[in-house]
Amino acid sequence: MPKLPGLIGGLGVTLKTMLRPAVTVQYPHEKEDPAPRARGVIALKEENCTVCMLCARQCPDWCIYIEGHKEQRPPRREGGRPRSVSVLDRFDIDYALCMYCGICVEVCPFDALFWSPDYEYSESRISDLLHDKQRLGEWMATVPEPEPLEAGAESKGKK
Amino acid sequence: MELLALDIGWGTTLAIKTIVVLIIIPTGALILGYVFLLKMMSHMQSRLGPMDPGGFHGWYQLVGDGLKFIQKEDVMPAQADRRVFAMAPAVVVLSTFLIFAVIPMGPDLVVKDLDVGVFYALAVSSLSVIGVLMAGWASANKFALLGALRAAAQLIAYELPLLLAVVGVVVQAGTLNLQGIVTAQQDGSIFGFSGLGEPFILTQFIGFALFLVAAQAELTQTPFDMPVAESELVSGFMVEYTGFRFLFFFIGEFGTAFAFAALAATLFLGGWAIPGVEGDWANILGPFVLFAKLMAVAFLMFWVRFTYPRLREDQLQSLAWKVLIPLGLLNLVLTGVFKVAF
Amino acid sequence: MSTERMVATDQLAPEALHHLADAQINVELDTGDMILNLGPQHPATHGTLRLVVRLDGERVVSADPVIGYMHRGYEKLTEFRTYPQVTTLINRIDWLSSFANEVPFMDAAEKLMDIEAPPRAKYIRTILTELSRIATFLLFLGEMGLQVGALTPAFYGFRDREHVLNLIEAVTGGRFHPNFNRIGGLKDDLPWGWVAECRSVMDIVFEACDTFEKLVAGNEIFEARTRGIGIIPADVGSSYGMSGANLRASGVDWDLRRDGPPYLVYPELDFEVHTHPDADSFARYIVRLEETRESARMVLQCLDALPSGPVMAKVPRIIKVPEGEVWVETENPLGQMGYYVISKGATGPFRVKIRSASFSNVSILPWLLRGVFVPDVITILGSLYFILGDIDR
Repeated sequence: MPKLPGLIGGLGVTLKTMLRPAVTVQYPHEKEDPAPRARGVIALKEENCTVCMLCARQCPDWCIYIEGHKEQRPPRREGGRPRSVSVLDRFDIDYALCMYCGICVEVCPFDALFWSPDYEYSESRISDLLHDKQRLGEWMATVPEPEPLEAGAESKGKK
Repeated sequence: MELLALDIGWGTTLAIKTIVVLIIIPTGALILGYVFLLKMMSHMQSRLGPMDPGGFHGWYQLVGDGLKFIQKEDVMPAQADRRVFAMAPAVVVLSTFLIFAVIPMGPDLVVKDLDVGVFYALAVSSLSVIGVLMAGWASANKFALLGALRAAAQLIAYELPLLLAVVGVVVQAGTLNLQGIVTAQQDGSIFGFSGLGEPFILTQFIGFALFLVAAQAELTQTPFDMPVAESELVSGFMVEYTGFRFLFFFIGEFGTAFAFAALAATLFLGGWAIPGVEGDWANILGPFVLFAKLMAVAFLMFWVRFTYPRLREDQLQSLAWKVLIPLGLLNLVLTGVFKVAF
Repeated sequence: MSTERMVATDQLAPEALHHLADAQINVELDTGDMILNLGPQHPATHGTLRLVVRLDGERVVSADPVIGYMHRGYEKLTEFRTYPQVTTLINRIDWLSSFANEVPFMDAAEKLMDIEAPPRAKYIRTILTELSRIATFLLFLGEMGLQVGALTPAFYGFRDREHVLNLIEAVTGGRFHPNFNRIGGLKDDLPWGWVAECRSVMDIVFEACDTFEKLVAGNEIFEARTRGIGIIPADVGSSYGMSGANLRASGVDWDLRRDGPPYLVYPELDFEVHTHPDADSFARYIVRLEETRESARMVLQCLDALPSGPVMAKVPRIIKVPEGEVWVETENPLGQMGYYVISKGATGPFRVKIRSASFSNVSILPWLLRGVFVPDVITILGSLYFILGDIDR
């Protein structure tokens, strides 16, 4: 005859759990806030981008499509040479391919890419997951401030 | 029927009784399924269960499920035995409906007050074994066959503890008639105090435990759900059934749970009887009292179902033959001795 | 029961004809072997493992695991990726404890570059490794109950694991695939308030372990289903290359965190290695339960001893790893995981050979599954705890 306490103890556990409130968050009526560092979507700050193509080259999936051209701008001072400036024509990130690794955000030398914890951008067609320059710029509004770091850390909060 | 002092002929009475039974079983299955399977199981697992269908805590979920199943395509495996495949769910559900023919819900509310009520109920409940075997064989599927064979062995083995548990009650009550058993509990007394009647659970606690364990096995619920081991055989003998036929199995499973809980409530807890209520009031309150008691019994059955892992087939059989049957016989001997001595 | 000798009937003596008649009846009643395909789509196997079993009634005569349904070509992929890109890929080998996959690879690259990560980085790496160990073991403790039929523990496993995943997300930004290690240290430091939250989550972990002990390990039915099932003697296990908790449950006292070459901050931590004398499925469950508690204690020790300082050593902008070969092996939750990295001085490795623990753990299945019942096959598969991504890479 098996000894009973173990069986009864198990029943006690389920009864206790039944009487406690459930942990379900009823999405979409209630929503949980992800952590500020959560990798939800990538935002583009266009004025910082110099079309260096580092992000497109380092992406493991090659999901960033960049096109740009060089323009001549008038010199800053009188008598100087005209400056050539790279202008961004097309900057698309294909979120159907993106694996949310963050290498592009990290390698950008000019701080043009930022992480945002926003995650609600699912579409009914895969082709709509290709976010163009304008949409990536709109995500900048959701980028959180860099947060303070734990005690003992040396460097300041990065993006 | 003296209830409403109306003179209704036997044909109308029969029709009313048939309709009541036909409605009660699916409704009972629905209520049990919703309360225990959807809500109680969810809360035991720290989650909410259905909340949206119907607005208030998802009460409409099972009704919606039923409608969904009805409109599905009737798929049958190419090599299945068509007629047997179609008849199997019907056989399983048939036994459930037949059990309810003898369960009393009030002093006059019983479909047929058979003198061999208990015997009939147990005999009819074992018809479902045939249905299970038919389903497993006709499915032309190895998994289904394995499940059906396991089920048949298990269901037959656990008939005996069920029987022995009930026989103890019968000996104590002195009759096989279910109304008589309820009356015996209502009129009995506990050590001379007759205010509460004498629910047989107090003296037949071994029998009650045996009945619950055997009922759990008869319903193929964990810890005895090898035949439908979800994480192995994926529904066992029911695996090829979809749509309306699967709905039948589902109603059969929960309807039988409903019926067994009602039987346990009648045999051990006093059925429709509450102390102090007699006559017409008992006819009105009886069904609700029985319902409350059977929900309590069903709570115990489902609580165990959602907590324990499942026993392996050979462990299951050795539990039945080596532990439960000797216990049942012991219970019978003790009951007989006490019945004669007192 | 077989028809071995087919003899013509007229050559037999009359008495033999009776026996032949009996034998024919026996042959007709003889149940032939049934071949059952468990998987690749099956709720019992953890992923796309196909197990072709021959059954005689309910007993297994032979079992053949067929792997490769999830082969993604990792070792080929790494030949054309730079080191940061490879880090993102190898997260996905054992996806339930992804941080632990990055650690040996980063160790290998740092050895080749002769760089050491600063102490704070090492401590945080240890904390995150042990957190991934806790996360994956909490899932195991739950789903082992599911394999034997109890539906409830699986939900508790997922529920308690959420807290650990939220912790990892707060630091790294990703719940499952942190991609947080860099050559020379870590990508970023801990956010404000993380240490206090980590301590409270460890309380939840201890409570969860107690719950599992009461609900699953203490349950007599669970014990009846797992004791004596799938016994792997220590020498057989070692000869098949098993490692990790599976081997420790056979009584072998071997843990790379203590016995192997020192890595991360394990030499400075005070921890016990748990073994169990019976080598059955129950022992494997208990060993992992104790290891979860031990990991939580290790995390608390690391939090107490966390030094301040930078989390990244000085590394050049464009990382080119010098030529060389190195082999690094660590104690991952699933077992011993190792990387053999060959570098030819480029920005990416020339060749990476991944030694994954589950591949060797699963190789014992044909030997182990002979003669067991079908339900026990499921129990054994659950107790060995392999991840398909780890087997197939």
